[in-house]
Amino acid sequence: MAATEAGGRAAPVNASANAGPGMGTGSRKAFYQFGYARAADQDAFAATGKPPRHPIVVVGAGPVGMTVAIDLAMRGNEVVILDDADRIGEGSRAICFFQRTLEIWDRLGVGKPMVDKGITWQVGKDFLRDDLVYQFDLLPEDGHKMPAFINLQQYYAELYLVERIVELPRIDLRWRNKVSAIDSHADGVRLTIETPDGPYEIEADWLIACDGAKSPLRAMMDLEFKGEVFDDRFLIADVKMTADFPVERWFWFDPPFHAGQSALLQKQPDDIWRIDLQLGPEADPETEQKLENVVPRIEWMLGHSNFELKWVSLYSFQCRRIDRFVHDRVVFCGDSAHEISPFGARGANSGVQDAENLAWKLDFILKGEADTSLMATYDAERSDAADENIGHSTRSTDFIAPKTEMERTLRNAVLHLAARTEFARAMVNSGRLSQSVTYATDFSTPDTEAFSGSAKLGAPVPDATLRTAEGRET
Amino acid sequence: MMDLITTSQLAAPDAAYNMIVDAHRGLDEKDSAVLNARLVFLLANHIGELSVLEQAIALAKEEL
Repeated sequence: MAATEAGGRAAPVNASANAGPGMGTGSRKAFYQFGYARAADQDAFAATGKPPRHPIVVVGAGPVGMTVAIDLAMRGNEVVILDDADRIGEGSRAICFFQRTLEIWDRLGVGKPMVDKGITWQVGKDFLRDDLVYQFDLLPEDGHKMPAFINLQQYYAELYLVERIVELPRIDLRWRNKVSAIDSHADGVRLTIETPDGPYEIEADWLIACDGAKSPLRAMMDLEFKGEVFDDRFLIADVKMTADFPVERWFWFDPPFHAGQSALLQKQPDDIWRIDLQLGPEADPETEQKLENVVPRIEWMLGHSNFELKWVSLYSFQCRRIDRFVHDRVVFCGDSAHEISPFGARGANSGVQDAENLAWKLDFILKGEADTSLMATYDAERSDAADENIGHSTRSTDFIAPKTEMERTLRNAVLHLAARTEFARAMVNSGRLSQSVTYATDFSTPDTEAFSGSAKLGAPVPDATLRTAEGRET
Repeated sequence: MMDLITTSQLAAPDAAYNMIVDAHRGLDEKDSAVLNARLVFLLANHIGELSVLEQAIALAKEEL
């Protein structure tokens, strides 16, 4: 898939896995395989030499691309999705989906399978060495249809989105269609697409680039991807085990089994546990991914060897974004626009929010209910959101991976005090879990009268039960 | 915005100075750094004003 990367929004240093039978080296094994089918456009282009035109073309069938496509199709628009692969690969990658994402997916008809399959968790614990220093509980609120968070492998999320797409005749999803060139102009985009049958061309009124952190479209348009790349490397592993660990998110600073670094353990469906181990800046990616190095480390962490390693990858933390999300008729959405380090679940989640922000605006423009200047609000609102997410993610990274000895001393001072004082617990930062961004832009015009309800300007409407005039609850 | 107080607030300035010095006595450099770090966070929270903290940092950073 062209879309997203390990652990939320990290970039794998090396695609993956060399862990025993069934795990190939270099590329991820297919979890679900789809077929390439020749599109009518290919014959039309071959016959006439004229590229067929479509109102909306989405590049990348990852969680973000499929979300924006479904949203647009459900509003009555025809959408073509192009993806260079033809499979959903193994490896959990983005695994934590928060309430707002689930609410959006629920509106699009895919909330239920996600929640039914996902692991619902509420309690997170932070340890310094062996000591519990901080614990949080994401208590469910009355009247909320969706849980605060679920853990779900990205391949399941993608599978449910593909299954939904199959139900929507307005979406034309084309596997093994790789965009090799684009020509962007003021009122459209011309695309050259490589397929197993050779190349063809189409035109799009609007092109939505959901092709991931390494976005080939961004490179074709020569757009800068600016920000901070952190030195520390992280090893990510999915292990299968039936353990009586509680269904909680456990984060260790300086764990006894991995001195001086950090580690994260959390549960996914199918008895798969996700492990993130910080390796430090000196770690050699090749060496660290070798089975004889990975397995003992995990044995040490779990205290036994009764597990099966399913997937291993390495990544580094990066926080980067493009300057503008909209370039004429090319709109960047999700990781292609902003790459956000994991440990806050802000990658895929913020991408889905990009998608929802974009879909209704593009729908208005295509129906003539708004002019193209509405797109400036997408750029403004989602740029602000990206900055907020990158800010949170950068602060988490600084806390998790101190850059100097003094930074480490300060960090450990907070952890020491956290076990003893309330104020220091609020400073412990093992990832500030994703929240909906409240848009504080010019578009959120202030109330003229004071309002003290929980609904805020520029924020999603709170989920609540409504009562009709007849007293019926909906 | 509250201003950082730089006039003497302590009834016994010598005692306050010695209390801090005594706290460090017997500690090696590493542990002293740890003690200072913990103290900074405790006192910063007690002050509770980001603007005061900002002024204190600026003053402390002079000539560094």
